[in-house]
Amino acid sequence: MLGILRQRAIDGGLAASTLRRTRSALVSARSYAAGAKEMTVRDALNSAIDEEMSADPKVFVMGEEVGQYQGAYKITKGLLEKYGPERVYDTPITEAGFTGIGVGAAYAGLKPVVEFMTFNFSMQAIDHIINSAAKSNYMSAGQINVPIVFRGPNGAAAGVGAQHSQCYAAWYASVPGLKVLAPYSAEDARGLLKAAIRDPDPVVFLENELLYGESFPISEEALDSSFCLPIGKAKIEREGKDVTIVTFSKMVGFALKAAEKLAEEGISAEVINLRSIRPLDRATINASVRKTSRLVTVEEGFPQHGVCAEICASVVEESFSYLDAPVERIAGADVPMPYAANLERLALPQVEDIVRAAKRACYRSK
Amino acid sequence: MALSRISSRSNGITRPFSAAFNRFISTDSTPITIETSLPFTAHLCDPPSRSVESSSQELLDFFRTMALMRRMEIAADSLYKAKLIRGFCHLYDGQEAVAIGMEAAITKKDAIITAYRDHCIFLGRGGSLHEVFSELMGRQAGCSKGKGGSMHFYKKDSSFYGGHGIVGAQVPLGCGIAFAQKYNKEEAVTFALYGDGAANQGQLFEALNISALWDLPAILVCENNHYGMGTAEWRAAKSPSYYKRGDYVPGLKVDGMDAFAVKQACKFAKDHALEKGPIILEMDTYRYHGHSMSDPGSTYRTRDEISGVRQERDPIERIKKLVLSHDLATEKELKDMEKEIRKEVDDAIAKAKDCPMPEPSELFTNVYVKGFGTESFGPDRKEVKAALP
Repeated sequence: MLGILRQRAIDGGLAASTLRRTRSALVSARSYAAGAKEMTVRDALNSAIDEEMSADPKVFVMGEEVGQYQGAYKITKGLLEKYGPERVYDTPITEAGFTGIGVGAAYAGLKPVVEFMTFNFSMQAIDHIINSAAKSNYMSAGQINVPIVFRGPNGAAAGVGAQHSQCYAAWYASVPGLKVLAPYSAEDARGLLKAAIRDPDPVVFLENELLYGESFPISEEALDSSFCLPIGKAKIEREGKDVTIVTFSKMVGFALKAAEKLAEEGISAEVINLRSIRPLDRATINASVRKTSRLVTVEEGFPQHGVCAEICASVVEESFSYLDAPVERIAGADVPMPYAANLERLALPQVEDIVRAAKRACYRSK
Repeated sequence: MALSRISSRSNGITRPFSAAFNRFISTDSTPITIETSLPFTAHLCDPPSRSVESSSQELLDFFRTMALMRRMEIAADSLYKAKLIRGFCHLYDGQEAVAIGMEAAITKKDAIITAYRDHCIFLGRGGSLHEVFSELMGRQAGCSKGKGGSMHFYKKDSSFYGGHGIVGAQVPLGCGIAFAQKYNKEEAVTFALYGDGAANQGQLFEALNISALWDLPAILVCENNHYGMGTAEWRAAKSPSYYKRGDYVPGLKVDGMDAFAVKQACKFAKDHALEKGPIILEMDTYRYHGHSMSDPGSTYRTRDEISGVRQERDPIERIKKLVLSHDLATEKELKDMEKEIRKEVDDAIAKAKDCPMPEPSELFTNVYVKGFGTESFGPDRKEVKAALP
């Protein structure tokens, strides 16, 4: 019996030390400063808008329920009380109208932050995003620039069905004149939203509802009011040498979990968090693939003509001779989002899908 | 009145005509009061007086500018047929009184935004003939450096925000500009122009609702030329009383072929908008050309109707009659002015024809204000690419 106890102690010890190694790997993979605080994505977004409104009187917020209701997802909580009704505007449920008004205000030099309750509703206003905002600087040869941010939750939530679950990253990122950002962590949320609000061009800022409540460690640097992340630069969340996994938003978390599982099987995965869908950081992606020789791209949205398709094309065009395996795409199922929980799960990428694709790329599938 | 001004008028004859856009025969600004041809019809407001304050200077200026606009549009017609202007070309001849009357009532701090029938509005905002013809022919000297075309003229320093190709989109945009004017406490207003076709657009009512809720200094101006492309207003609108379509928003129906009625209405609207929020102006006007150069304009309306309007209601003829009846110039002087205008337009076209097309590198400029050096590609991405500045 003592022998069994000793064995358990050894096993426990081994497990414990593995756990310690895993946790430290996680911490270093996130590369945050030591002794870091934690912050939810929601608070990160709220603080970013707050600070930018404080710094620049031209910045104002508009959207449905952003003011008195404190924000449909509480992202704009407290802003009406702090800045008053001249800086925070509750709009009627008329996306085409209020988006057009936002873009017009930007033409005249203000800096609107327009919230879509979800990006599904942005389709009602898409003409203003594309034809009135994205193309104006070009058509006017630089006379009319549009310093506007369109933000809100994008992609699937949980059980909200087909009309409320679409990812619009591919649609908006195909348009020249727009910038499209997709944060993952709290630091991403703060840094990218502050950069977006300061940017003189129209920015589509794709958040994720399921990430709002998630907490991430955040560095002192990221908490500073001058903190800003560069637009157009991807982040290597976890370094690796066997396969490159590229993704954005919520799928970054899934990719990191997949990397953990792959590590247990001796596959070292490099996880890239795009942060910016347009401009796309082709340089970082290709440099990574030239190192690992294998590519797995992951997105939540529909597969055809998706973000992953663009990344795969870029890698095949620019790094063909470095590839040791066909490029892999993991995306949402090619169907409208079903409601039933089991079908919804089947319609969205899961960690095991990413693991399987990585192993396929490593010629290690079962 | 006429006798006392003969001497100053004879000074005007001997003074050399200037090719510059803004100079007049006479600098006599003796006030003249003009009665509008028709009364205003009002919805939820008291209509302004039919007596419009003007001056001899303004009368002559109206004539000259409208004649210039008319000649410019007709010249554009010829250039299009000569294939020097490509794509879409929507001409404004017939509607000049709206552009000119509006400018007379406002300042360059007040903003104007319109749809694609924008050449004359651009000119009224201070744009030059050279910029117009260069842009129409896609040359470097164009107001949008040749990258916009007929539908995308802008002049931000005069608060002219375009030039929009999507029917109706300019109305919420205009309300947004009005929002900014209120936000910045500018004491200025925005005129958002749209046609009878666009008047049925949903986004217009969405923007009007918000403008009324937030008291924005937005003036919605329906240039009702009675045809949305090829569809007559009675076939497109259950209620073609566009000045009443704002429901809770006041409106005024105006004879859009009478520059003075337009001026009075715009002045009234500006005062209203600054104090009480949005208002709709319906300008009853007419376009002689079809919807665009691709449309003959005679399949959905009779030639008799077109020539009837030209005979009875032409805005330039009306001003000409006023100039003559107030003895501000003789027939011959006006004809000479028209000849000079024709030459001015021809010279501008010749100068624009000599202007080069944009450099190939301009394909990649102005995509962003801040491109961060990101890559952009031509059709063959391995052959043509650029770093966006």
